[in-house]
Amino acid sequence: MPSYTFTANGENVTVDAADDEPLLWVLRDMLGITGPKYGCGINVCKACTSLLDGEAVNPCSVKVSTVQGREVTTIEGLADGDTLHPVQQAWLERDVAQCGYCQPGQIMAAVALLQRTTNPTDAEIDEIENVCRCGTYVRIREAIKSAAGKLG
Amino acid sequence: MTKFPTSDSRDHTVSFSESGPSGSSGSMNRRRFLAYAAATPVLTVAIRLGLDSAAPATAAAVVPSPPDPSEVFDIADAIVYASKPTMGLVVLEVGEDGQVRLELPRQEMGQGITTAMAMLIAEEMEVPLDHVDVPLADGRPELMFNQMTAGSCTLRTFYDPLRVLAATARARMIATAGRQWGVAPDRLSVRDGVVHAPDGRNASYGSLSAAAAKLSLPDLKVSPKPESEHKIVGTSTPRIDGHDIVTGRKQFTTDVAVPGAMPTMLRRPPTIQGTVEAVHNAAEVEQLPGVIGVTTVPTGVAVMAETFERARRGVNALDVTFGPGPIDGESNESIMQQLRRSIVPLAVPEVGAQTVDAEFEWPAANNAALEPECAVADVGSDRAEIWSGFQSPIVAQQRIAQELGLTQDQVTTHVMPAGGGFGRRVFWDAAMEAALVSQALGRPARVMWHRTDDMRHARVRPPTYNKIRASVLGGQVVSYEQRVAGAATDFRQGLGEILTYSADAFPTVGPRKAVGNDLFEEAVFTLMVSSPYNFGAYTKEMIPVKVGDGSTSFGMNTTSYRSVPCQTARGCEEIVADELAALLGMDPVDFRRAHVKDDRARAVLDKAAEVAGWGKRMPAGFAQGVGYHLESRSHHACIVELDARDTERPRVTRATSVLDVGKPINPLGLQAQMLGCLIDALSLTLTAGLHIVDGLPLEGSYSQYHFARQDDSPLEVHNIVMPPNDGRMGGSGEVGMAAPTGAIANAYAKATGNKPRRFPLHFPVDFEPIPPGKLPEPAFP
Repeated sequence: MPSYTFTANGENVTVDAADDEPLLWVLRDMLGITGPKYGCGINVCKACTSLLDGEAVNPCSVKVSTVQGREVTTIEGLADGDTLHPVQQAWLERDVAQCGYCQPGQIMAAVALLQRTTNPTDAEIDEIENVCRCGTYVRIREAIKSAAGKLG
Repeated sequence: MTKFPTSDSRDHTVSFSESGPSGSSGSMNRRRFLAYAAATPVLTVAIRLGLDSAAPATAAAVVPSPPDPSEVFDIADAIVYASKPTMGLVVLEVGEDGQVRLELPRQEMGQGITTAMAMLIAEEMEVPLDHVDVPLADGRPELMFNQMTAGSCTLRTFYDPLRVLAATARARMIATAGRQWGVAPDRLSVRDGVVHAPDGRNASYGSLSAAAAKLSLPDLKVSPKPESEHKIVGTSTPRIDGHDIVTGRKQFTTDVAVPGAMPTMLRRPPTIQGTVEAVHNAAEVEQLPGVIGVTTVPTGVAVMAETFERARRGVNALDVTFGPGPIDGESNESIMQQLRRSIVPLAVPEVGAQTVDAEFEWPAANNAALEPECAVADVGSDRAEIWSGFQSPIVAQQRIAQELGLTQDQVTTHVMPAGGGFGRRVFWDAAMEAALVSQALGRPARVMWHRTDDMRHARVRPPTYNKIRASVLGGQVVSYEQRVAGAATDFRQGLGEILTYSADAFPTVGPRKAVGNDLFEEAVFTLMVSSPYNFGAYTKEMIPVKVGDGSTSFGMNTTSYRSVPCQTARGCEEIVADELAALLGMDPVDFRRAHVKDDRARAVLDKAAEVAGWGKRMPAGFAQGVGYHLESRSHHACIVELDARDTERPRVTRATSVLDVGKPINPLGLQAQMLGCLIDALSLTLTAGLHIVDGLPLEGSYSQYHFARQDDSPLEVHNIVMPPNDGRMGGSGEVGMAAPTGAIANAYAKATGNKPRRFPLHFPVDFEPIPPGKLPEPAFP
């Protein structure tokens, strides 16, 4: 089985995996990084949203072979030690979460959006496709705007 | 009058036991010495029997309706009643580190009950909120009926007992410090978990815990704080698990590190509840890279592998002959026809009456929790441990033990917080599969359903057909009849037993007789579906229908869905209310104000109308709509603004929600529940449903099952929680479903001129269905 080396949350990791093993299962089943959640396996629910070299991706539909030598950041790698990222902080301040299952993906999608634009419009926030079955969308929108205010 | 809930006695007794060092941790500061059990009866809930339907002046012109059973005794009362005898087994512990711990015998699936419980404990014990831990208790069979999470009643069940329990712990701490210092307890005070004497001496709960555990205090007098002194309860408090959630640390079922528990997926039949007849290539599949084992269970063929992707590939490589399922010949339309045929005729209206006659159809819906069905199981020859998001862990334990050939006490059910429930997790389908797979393969199993299976093979919200006739005579509503036929809802998850146990306490013959006949669904309908209006002669009836060919005992595979019958049944009534208002030439809000039975109902309607700017001028294609609902003793009004310029894709742009739960514990959590219900109702009303065709739903993922996303969500929500009023606590997890359903449908009618009758309102097959059988490939670029 081929071997792949990449950075996961700042740490160099090497895994033996099939080249078409989705990154999600490399993270969850091999490396024990369980922050990214499974919701669909076909890149439509977006629950596993993480960052690959700073861009939002959905590891359920990313081959491990394509991340060789690259930098993967999951929800676990977002905070700077004990200091939360402003988006995480905004999520707490707005008490966004209900069950919490989709929130790692929501937060990572918001982080990616705020890297693209520091002042997102409602239309840009609407483009985040991550499903929240608990229906926390209104608070997600507020938290993104609040975090944007702090980052901007 | 029934006798059981009338006592307002504050008598209680307190028993006491010592728990040794925590088994899982040897460290001294984790030792938990003090454990209290409040023996039953604790603080008996004073439930006011009788009706709050004194007719106010504005309602003088309406024809009153008789009281509805759910006004006197609802489903939550049944659960509260059945929980009481074992409430004394619920224990509060105080560790040497000062942490207070309640193992809560309920499921936390996002509804915020662990936060509310922590607030109640922190309030009574005078400790900071972060000194309180509320993990979920394993299945505890000795709790009997007191470990089922349902009926929007967890806080109603625990509010009094838990306050007494925490007050007892506080009193013991004070008494212990008082003895050590020779100071009378009434001269001591507590702040932030530290007992203070007037001379400056102080001692933390942690330092007192061991001594407090040994002290004999037969005469301890305990009373919870007066509510007027509450500092935490009633204030908006963020979730206690918020930090774990935003950092990815919160553990759900498939995240649990059970050594050797390997990923497992199943190949399921091409139709719902089909059977496995033969597996032709199990040995071959076992040789595939990463595959560990293959075994057959009643619901499909399981493949265990090194990763879920290897399991998925193994599943797709299987060659299996399946037998038919019970609804292979059924599709949405044939099911609806059967439901229509099951309706008994409505009464003939009086001569000269004008009527609103309406029929409504709701297809099956998927609970669609984002965490799919999943469980981890480790089964040995004489014991089993199962981890899953159980809502009913005791009954799950019984049923799984039976199937494994073990005794109930050999099976442990670890209750994991669920990634959403919405009614799905009252059953334990994945847990049963995980247990059987682990037993067959002789190693721990981590079973997860692929989303496509979760969409197609999971239990569904039953499809329903509603037939309603309301009549108006002499300018007044004189009758309202509603018949609901639905695919029978499975109540074999423990609620049936709770209803049977509680039946003696039911106030009326109807639900009691229904339970006596095992017709739990009719009892649930009667105990949940309110009739909040004075509509004269008022009848509502539920007709459960077994859909299918009779090859299974229950027909179609169903479960409850948040608010069970209310969202659909009461949602329909809210639409009829608007049509009655039009018939009488009345404004919809005025019509409701005039016909509701209760001043609290009028108050939430008035508040909603005021905040929403009811009646304001709307641009072409936009409209406002209103809905009101009463459930679990809580009142909810909702007004929406709908942008229906694109009739194919209407969007709720603004919503106003006003909730009155009588006694709010955590307004921030209540607002979260109302947001969740709004999005849930919005989805079911506008876009979310299942197209069952020849025994299998076409929908196979979130790209096809249209649950709302951010771009369907309102841009602005005014979310109001009314202040405490008469002191009776209502529920909040489900009450928010029906009013937005009515409000959205009514706005749609106004904006488009189309009467809303078939739901969801926009329901095309706008996708290419995933072929049945194999699980879809990852969407690699």
